Amino acid sequence: MSGPASVRFEGVTKRFGEVVAVDSISFEVEPGNLVTLLGPSGCGKTTTLRMIAGLELASAGRIVIGGRDVTALPVTARDVAMVFQSYALFPHMTVAENVAYGLTVSRVPKAEVRARAERALELVGLAGYGARLPSELSGGQQQRVAVARAVVLEPDVLLFDEPLSNLDAKLRRRVREEIRELQQKLGITTVYVTHDQEEALAVSDRIIVMNQAVIAQEGTPRQLYEEPASRFVADFIGDANLVEARIRAVENGHAQVEAGGLGLQLPARGSAAGPALLAIRPRSIRLHAEPREHAVRVRVDKATYLGGHMEYEVEAPLGPLFVVDLAVDRPLPAGSDAWMTLAPRGVTLVPA
Amino acid sequence: MAVTFSTAAARAGGSSLNRPLAAWLAVGWAAMLLLPWYMLDDGLFSFVWLADGYAGDRDYAPALFQVLWHERYWLAPLGLFLALPLMAVGRTDHARGTGMLLIAAGAGGLAWLLLQGFGIDHRGVSLALLEPLVPEGGRQYGMGWGASLVALAFLFLITQGLAARGLARGDVFVAGSIGLVVALVAAFIFFPVLTILSSALRDNEGALAPFLFLDKLLDGRIWGTACLTGGGRCGSAWNSLILAVLTGLSTTLLGLAFALVVTRTGFRAKRMLRTLTVLPIITPPFVIGLAIILLFGRSGAVTQFVADLLGLDAGRWVYGLPGILFAQTLAFTPIAFLVLIGVVEGVSPSMEEAAQTLRADPWTTFTTVSLPLMRPGLANAFLLGFIESLADFGNPLVLGGSYDVLATDIFFAIVGAQYDQGRAAVLAIVLLSFTLMAFWAQQRWLGRRSYATVSGKGDSGLPLQLPPALRRLCYLVVIPWATLTAVIYLMILFGGFVEFWGRDHTLTLRHYIHAFSVVEGEHGLVWSGAAWNSFWTTLQIAAISAVPTAVIGLLTAWLLVRQSFGFKRAFEFGTMLSFAIPGTIIGVSYILAFNVPPLELTGTGIILVISFVFRNMPVGVRAGIATMSQLDRSLDEASLTLRANSFTTVRKVILPLLRPAILAALVYSFVRAMTAISAVVFLVSANYEMATTYILGRVENGDYGLAIAYCSVLILVMLASIGLMQWVVGQRRLGRRAPSVTSAAEQTS
Repeated sequence: MSGPASVRFEGVTKRFGEVVAVDSISFEVEPGNLVTLLGPSGCGKTTTLRMIAGLELASAGRIVIGGRDVTALPVTARDVAMVFQSYALFPHMTVAENVAYGLTVSRVPKAEVRARAERALELVGLAGYGARLPSELSGGQQQRVAVARAVVLEPDVLLFDEPLSNLDAKLRRRVREEIRELQQKLGITTVYVTHDQEEALAVSDRIIVMNQAVIAQEGTPRQLYEEPASRFVADFIGDANLVEARIRAVENGHAQVEAGGLGLQLPARGSAAGPALLAIRPRSIRLHAEPREHAVRVRVDKATYLGGHMEYEVEAPLGPLFVVDLAVDRPLPAGSDAWMTLAPRGVTLVPA
Repeated sequence: MAVTFSTAAARAGGSSLNRPLAAWLAVGWAAMLLLPWYMLDDGLFSFVWLADGYAGDRDYAPALFQVLWHERYWLAPLGLFLALPLMAVGRTDHARGTGMLLIAAGAGGLAWLLLQGFGIDHRGVSLALLEPLVPEGGRQYGMGWGASLVALAFLFLITQGLAARGLARGDVFVAGSIGLVVALVAAFIFFPVLTILSSALRDNEGALAPFLFLDKLLDGRIWGTACLTGGGRCGSAWNSLILAVLTGLSTTLLGLAFALVVTRTGFRAKRMLRTLTVLPIITPPFVIGLAIILLFGRSGAVTQFVADLLGLDAGRWVYGLPGILFAQTLAFTPIAFLVLIGVVEGVSPSMEEAAQTLRADPWTTFTTVSLPLMRPGLANAFLLGFIESLADFGNPLVLGGSYDVLATDIFFAIVGAQYDQGRAAVLAIVLLSFTLMAFWAQQRWLGRRSYATVSGKGDSGLPLQLPPALRRLCYLVVIPWATLTAVIYLMILFGGFVEFWGRDHTLTLRHYIHAFSVVEGEHGLVWSGAAWNSFWTTLQIAAISAVPTAVIGLLTAWLLVRQSFGFKRAFEFGTMLSFAIPGTIIGVSYILAFNVPPLELTGTGIILVISFVFRNMPVGVRAGIATMSQLDRSLDEASLTLRANSFTTVRKVILPLLRPAILAALVYSFVRAMTAISAVVFLVSANYEMATTYILGRVENGDYGLAIAYCSVLILVMLASIGLMQWVVGQRRLGRRAPSVTSAAEQTS
């Protein structure tokens, strides 16, 4: 075991004929971290992952894994392992044979192969399932076999390509926690691809948001949520009401913002006075049945009861807003008037 | 009376049980009262009987008048069974009780029909049970229009009764379709095969002779092993088996090499290789054998050249095992190729990528992942090659020399100097057991492991390119073999235009003129060429048989893909069985089963049509299954929930979507019928000579030029029909895209 390695992309580009799938991206994954590549379909995240694996070779740029330049190395020569979206379990081999495959073809002695495969299956909670065929397992179990098959090689880097997309919603939450736990226990550098922002927020040390072949923003989950760098990121990570606002003045890094009759003081984040874009999280909007100070009057267009919370669509001077309110005991009926204030957190200026 | 029933049906209105029931009862009664009961000598579509005596004539009378005027009292109980369901018409209550009544009436009627049909034939009564009903000298002939339609009516009475009792969730159309397919398979596949088995146990006079059977079964001509101990020949069973195994292996390996080159390399001429897959479909029998003789035979072009070059004596090496193996490999490799292309493409690229991320190099990936995943395809390809080789009749006949195989032995047992029906039956049983054993072995080999690699959401991976060493090996095999195939086919076209290929290469149109000349006669054009007669017959019979093949094939596919019923696996096995049965066996079994009443078909065109339909049905079934599996089942369900019944659903939803599959099934069964020989050779008669049997006659006379010219014409006709079909299917796809464009345009405007 060579210990956790870093992954570094230096101006990497991938072209398929005329199409540029990945356009000169650079980033670094710290050793032992789990980094998610997040973005809508076709943004280049899977291609980036496949370039780390060596399943695609970069058209330009450099890829460095653990200090070694692997740009031109084929898959087999790289010390990475990958969990495929479809799991790609070999249907003609038993679970144990699947897990042992990588070790067997690497000519590891047989006794060691068996011991390590057993340990890997134990690690994912499938001890005793070795003699079964993949087709005899449930979707969640197949997924775990795929993970065991990858980690048994103790790779420098572990890659996940949308590993939860073939599981049902309930199972997804559990499996993603298992993956995160396992990754932290083993301390393997991991790159994880998904299009599901909640999944990304839940498992990642850092997230790289990609859009249209380039990196839109990189940061911790909290940074991305609270300080989106662009309209795209604000909209993609969590729901956000994006409204036009006006910055009156900037002082000591704080901006005086006016939006539809509400006056706010927010971190300027590099914006100057003039028109601006404001991202308001649905949970940051407070609705009140009675008028109060600094509140603006809104009209409730639609009210939906969802058990744990209420969802409202309201017509405000800022424009139509989507609101999530935890006060289910005192619902506001559709068609009524209400007064709206903003919570201090969850409202941010978005750099143009 | 029939009128009464239809008004009853009208009164019953929308009741799902009663309308089809009344319709089939009306058909049954009309057949009893109006249509000639027995088979007519003048053909199915002759109406001589109307003018020539009709009810008063012993041969032409419908069943009612047969009973009243012609002393065929044994037909009377049929009327009783047909009258029973009248009680059910118009009744909507007690559906289950009505169901029992219908089942009893239908089953009773059908049973009686079979009993009297087999018990009383052209020689008189043979069943003691029936003797009281049969006056002195009473006898009967094969079933005609009347008897067939009454049988159908009984069949549908049973299925409607079963539907009323819950078969196929009470769906009358589905139950009827299942019943029809089961009955047809029983009558035209199982019954003939059982006839072979029973006739093997009898001597040529029809008496039971189990010892004779054993004697024939253990015959040295079948099982002899003299060739192993040196000197003498081996039995035809061993010869067939050795040949089939070798052909299966060689076609599978060559097919795999072709499939790998086409799917896993950057080879330039992939499209050209793919066109090879059409060849086995459009190649008439004998033609490859002939080409091989003319190239490699004693006076063949290549043999002469090599003999001159090396100063050797030109030998007859090509006759016997090497020649047949060579010809069969040429003929059947494209089949294996076709099967394996699909299989190689079906191996999910992410499997191979996964193996590579697990440190396996390309060669290891290929041997441990790709190849094992192709196992079912390899097994299938081998099985196809094996069965085709066993059933092949044309190549051994032309190239066999003294190497006897089962398929040709069966032929000579029937048409040869020493006609021996029992021996033919015994040989057929040996041949059939070989094919069934091959099926069984295939199942065993594949075992319980799953090979389905496509699951859940797909990955967009790249298929692995072949490891360099393997790629070079594949090129080394594929390029020369493809060239050889091309040369052979070019030689075939060329061979029709020379005086005598191999001896006299003067260009001539003599063969074409002899076969296909048209002269201006007194009454317009006269088709004076020698081949026209068989040519038109072939076109006609092939075209007629294409329709029922497509209909029954697609109906069966629909039942298999879309419906669920208890005995579906057995049903599927039964419908695919005729594919496993070599054509020679179908041929022999048909003449044994259908030259006596109740189904007296030998010598007619119908028997040819029927043999084509049931030989080619699996093609239609598989085309239908392939297309239908791609159609979302919710389409049917949507139609059903919108108050359409199954029949309407099939007609309005499934059929329009299946149009390409229908066309494909039609064309392929047409083309296959044109090249069929192994079954046909037993079934042709003076009135119905087919192209392939005509060619066989020319080959036997050594008239190779004419045979080859005729084959070339057939190849062109078949190519034209396939091309036309692909053009039409292509047109349809364009046609479907057009409306969506216009609707989009409407929305934007």
